[in-house]
Amino acid sequence: MVTLLCCGPKMAACGIVLSIWGVIMLVLLGIFFNVHSAVLFEDVPFTENDFQDKNPPQEIYRLYEKVSYNCFIAAAIYALLGGFSFCQVRLNKRKEYMVR
Amino acid sequence: MSCVPLNLVSHKSGIQFYPKCVTPNSALCESFCSSLNTNLVLNSGRVLNQTNEHRHNVLTSAAVNIQNWKTKVKKMKAIYHTLNLCSIDITQKLVIAEIWCPVSDLSEIHSALIKGSEKSGSSLHPVLHRIESQQTPPTFNRTTSFTSSFQTIIDSYGVGDYQEINPAPFTIITFPFLFAVMFGDCGHGLIMTLFATWMILQEGHFKRLKNELSDTLFSGRYILLLMGLFSVYTGLIYNDCFSKSLSIFASAWNVRAMFQPTGPWTNHTVHSSVTLQLDPVSPGVFSGSPYPFGIDPIWNLSSNKLTFLNSYKMKMSVIFGVVHMLFGIMLSLGNYIHFREPRNILLQFVPEVTFMLALFGYLVFLIIFKWCAVPSSASRRAPSILLHFINMMMFSYPESSDSFLYGSQKRVQIFLVVTALLMVPWMLLVKPLIILKEQKKEQRSTKELNPVEVNMGDVFVHQAIHTIEYCLGCVSNTASYLRLWALSLAHAELSEVLWKMVPHVALSARAYLGSLMLTVIFAIFAILTVTILLIMEGLSAFLHALRLHCKFAGVPVTLFAEFSPEMSQ
Repeated sequence: MVTLLCCGPKMAACGIVLSIWGVIMLVLLGIFFNVHSAVLFEDVPFTENDFQDKNPPQEIYRLYEKVSYNCFIAAAIYALLGGFSFCQVRLNKRKEYMVR
Repeated sequence: MSCVPLNLVSHKSGIQFYPKCVTPNSALCESFCSSLNTNLVLNSGRVLNQTNEHRHNVLTSAAVNIQNWKTKVKKMKAIYHTLNLCSIDITQKLVIAEIWCPVSDLSEIHSALIKGSEKSGSSLHPVLHRIESQQTPPTFNRTTSFTSSFQTIIDSYGVGDYQEINPAPFTIITFPFLFAVMFGDCGHGLIMTLFATWMILQEGHFKRLKNELSDTLFSGRYILLLMGLFSVYTGLIYNDCFSKSLSIFASAWNVRAMFQPTGPWTNHTVHSSVTLQLDPVSPGVFSGSPYPFGIDPIWNLSSNKLTFLNSYKMKMSVIFGVVHMLFGIMLSLGNYIHFREPRNILLQFVPEVTFMLALFGYLVFLIIFKWCAVPSSASRRAPSILLHFINMMMFSYPESSDSFLYGSQKRVQIFLVVTALLMVPWMLLVKPLIILKEQKKEQRSTKELNPVEVNMGDVFVHQAIHTIEYCLGCVSNTASYLRLWALSLAHAELSEVLWKMVPHVALSARAYLGSLMLTVIFAIFAILTVTILLIMEGLSAFLHALRLHCKFAGVPVTLFAEFSPEMSQ
């Protein structure tokens, strides 16, 4: 069976820390984009055309929500990465026990 | 020539004889030679194996004991080293040791000595005497694992004299606070706090690591924890979290009120201008009650954010600087009171405090007064504190009195500058003149004996140096506190640039693979945040906070070196 262990213990620990940070921060960012926070206005990818809207500010709100969905998907990817790193940590621990 | 029979030689020396071979090529000889070779090989192989085994056994049995032996040797070395520090009695039967120890620990030391003598089974009990000494005892500051890191920081600049006030307990708060004023970001502060908490919880794991870098980091874990907590606090005040503001409460500014009919803007104004300025005097634009805690989040979106923040942070740095320096002078008052030198209080403390308060205390007063008393409707004619302060020192006042902050400003300022100038000769001359008079009185009263000569030149020079150092130091130290502003500006700008160049790219992607890009870019953002903003900026702010504390340093003095068996290696 091909070994599932591909990261060392340190890299797996870094992976877990990064994933936890990523999940928390991206979920929060996603929530803030979802409530159309004004502070994040410069990060929303609007163009000149979006301001010719017939029904302002719905177009801008739609863009806000698009970015928030991007953030949530990225948070989900980080959750998967976190799970993978956690498995690596467990496999590393088991390998340590077997050598002893 | 004596011939010893070969038999005898061979018997004595263990040489073996084999029946001789006459014809070298006979089959018998060959088989005999080959069996001889095999025997030799087998024998030598067996000998080598046995030697190896024997060596292995000896080494293994030694390895079982070697740790024991090492400890025993270390202990013996330590005991002999300690005994070398003591002296032998005249009767050659007793050992005398002279030590410095804290008075509160005397009974503990006595009981430890008695316990040791009982354990070793001697009949004589050791005697503990307090003896008078003219030497100054070494300085000993009792520390716990929490306070020892702060004590190390203060000690690195200079240890105080015996029984002087130890500034380390105050450093527990002022050092992390000054660091946090320069670091000021809740997100980064939160990461620092979590990292420090993890290190504190994993104490056992870290104590076993012998890496020098992790040792340094680990010994500063409590400092890191406090720095992180204070940074979260100042981050909330600067309203800066990974360079974005948090709108916890509603902003006090209202943009809609700038439009017609309450304000001057029209549709045309919006379309034809590149930047628009909110006018707080216009009704409804500024709600009248400012943002409850911290800087209003609307400043994060404005393009003249730095103009506002620079003025605020510079004034705040000067206020902190003056307060911190006044606090340092108060500590010296504590020293004068403890050592019962009332002369020094009058001759040094009073002029120092007056000089400081008259000039820089007045500057702080001007700053706070301008914040409170000048309304935004008068903002076009607001007096500049810098110009007023410069004019005050140069005694140049304009004829018209409408640019003053308050009514009797001219009279008050002239009085303060004259007072401050009078303090300089007070600090410079009064104390040496008093010492000179005392010495002359002593010389007159005890003409026969030779009194202790005080070199008057030295006293005058010393006092002059102290005065100049203090006065110039006041000015330069106050100015050096502006680094609080400079570093917090640098940190905020670095943070903003990092956000604009990294996550902004991914968040503004209109493509559908925005989330994948965001995943990769977030990892880059995290790594850059930790290396540049946390490690580099953290170290930089740490060093600058350290520099701001170095004025508490004293003359280098001997530090109390604890006795412990490990020290003698």
